[in-house]
Amino acid sequence: MSEHHMTTAHADDHGHHDHHEHDDHANHGSLKSYTIGFILSVILTAIPFWMVMGNVFESSSTTAMVILGFAAVQIVVHMIYFLHMNTKAEGGWSMLALIFTIVIVVITLAGSLWVMYHLNHNMMPGMMHDGTHSTHKMP
Amino acid sequence: MSDITANTVDALNADPSARYYVREHHPQNGTLLGFWIYLMSDCLIFACLFAAYAVLGRNYAGGPSGAELFDLPLVAMNTALLLLSSITYGFAMLESVRKRLRPTMAWLAITGLLGAGFLALELYEFSHLIHQGAGPQRSAFLTSFFALVGTHGLHVAFGIVWLITLMFQLKRHGLIPENNRRLMCLSMFWHFLDVIWIGVFTFVYLMGVLP
Repeated sequence: MSEHHMTTAHADDHGHHDHHEHDDHANHGSLKSYTIGFILSVILTAIPFWMVMGNVFESSSTTAMVILGFAAVQIVVHMIYFLHMNTKAEGGWSMLALIFTIVIVVITLAGSLWVMYHLNHNMMPGMMHDGTHSTHKMP
Repeated sequence: MSDITANTVDALNADPSARYYVREHHPQNGTLLGFWIYLMSDCLIFACLFAAYAVLGRNYAGGPSGAELFDLPLVAMNTALLLLSSITYGFAMLESVRKRLRPTMAWLAITGLLGAGFLALELYEFSHLIHQGAGPQRSAFLTSFFALVGTHGLHVAFGIVWLITLMFQLKRHGLIPENNRRLMCLSMFWHFLDVIWIGVFTFVYLMGVLP
């Protein structure tokens, strides 16, 4: 008796799976979304290359800032149009994992640069008397 | 929506064993979420390599600098290949949703060829650098450069191996749910590599040639 119920449940389960899978595929983009993503990516890639190869800006720090901005925008474009990220996917867990990763990545990058910059700065000859930076170094 | 409500009511009224299916659909998504978490951990590896490059990228040890070594047209070519392979993979996914095996295979093959082209150009660049005496042992800059770009290239190489394996699976079993799931995972992997490449070409190549 209970076995019979199990099989029914199992069959139902499969039906549900298939149905669910269809839902899954539905949010895996359309020709339109892939095309929009691709066109945006091409534009967002071409502009930084043009800026650097054509020496558009005088100062290289301006160029660096602008192309980093373009890279950040392009990463978001890829996330949305190619990786189909949204707040609802996997019940929000993939977004949570992504946010967590971004936090760690920012800490790793900014932390490394910050520490190493101050280390270089403080190790430079003639900087020993600079009290303000030394206090930064030793929390 | 009404479907779900009906199911829930059924589940409450029916025998306790029937309730299992309400929870059962988690494992289906489990693979994709798990793969996503793997990608996020991969992201951390790349973050460490990017951080190393950010710290060491200007320590030339009297050797050649990025401005002298990098060939931007070649990098632009590489970027174009990877971006094109991303959209061709997208087309493969769209065909797989329509349950059309042949076009899916064709788009996958094109994706693989574009990926192989990317890898070939990168290997050409590496061998060119090493011939010039700018190998990974030359300076801290080149060590971190080869570590970062090489790791990305290795990922692409494994992606291609996976792609070929998957094409054999598709040929043998067709577009069964298991293969669709594998296609989804590789799709995430492939697009993820493209995201990493955005960071590489911006941070390493374009910013490397700035004076």
